[in-house]
Amino acid sequence: MARNPDRPLSPHLTVWKWGPHMLVSILHRITGAGLATVGAAVFVWWLVAVAGSAETYATFAGWATWKWSLIIWVGLTWAFFQHLLSGLRHFVMDSGAGFELNTNKFWAVMTIIWAILLTVAVWVYIVFWRLA
Amino acid sequence: MTTDPSAAAAISPAAASSHDAAHHWGLERMLSVSTLLLFVWFFVSLLRLPALDQQSVSEWLRNPLAAVPMLFLIVSTFWHLKDGLIVVVEDYVHEAGNRFGWVLVINMLSLFGAGLAIVSVLKLAVGAAAA
Repeated sequence: MARNPDRPLSPHLTVWKWGPHMLVSILHRITGAGLATVGAAVFVWWLVAVAGSAETYATFAGWATWKWSLIIWVGLTWAFFQHLLSGLRHFVMDSGAGFELNTNKFWAVMTIIWAILLTVAVWVYIVFWRLA
Repeated sequence: MTTDPSAAAAISPAAASSHDAAHHWGLERMLSVSTLLLFVWFFVSLLRLPALDQQSVSEWLRNPLAAVPMLFLIVSTFWHLKDGLIVVVEDYVHEAGNRFGWVLVINMLSLFGAGLAIVSVLKLAVGAAAA
């Protein structure tokens, strides 16, 4: 069916298409849930290990520095920045600002781009400055 | 929305009464900001440690100036994550029994996780210094 893309879509439950604002909304929830489960578990494990014995800390440190744990660390870093930036965006929107279509889309895309850039920056810093 | 507030309260404390909603909404945002600020402090502190070995970390947390913000970070973060997970469950779990079960599990695990973290910090902060 031919559709003029300049025309708004009819507001109907089954007639919609993906937009950056929807992606950011669901990313905020996915990253929040990931931080609240995986992130919280790693954080609590770390504190319990510090307060425990040399063995409990060695077990944690062994896992933390295992090469495949890097996936978890990078994932948590990205989730942290995405959740932080989309959270700040929601904060601005809570004030009633930023609902104009172009503004809304622009900042939705910005949270995704900056979350990735900040994640890369942090890991470049860790790998080339702290671990080098 | 609800005709029986006590039924809503049984499912979600957040829905306990309508006039609490604005307060709860504001509290959620306060906790978002405090969690963010405390994590900035946390990551800056970690970067300033000479190393992340057990000795360095426990010496750091033995200082009240580190232990106190750390305890606030734990309370703020676990409260925030409990609220967030419950919002997600309330949106996607529609069956009342399942929803009650999920909210119960989230409350219990959040309290357990926060408890473990708090006791660990207190053990370092007020426990005997390592030889």
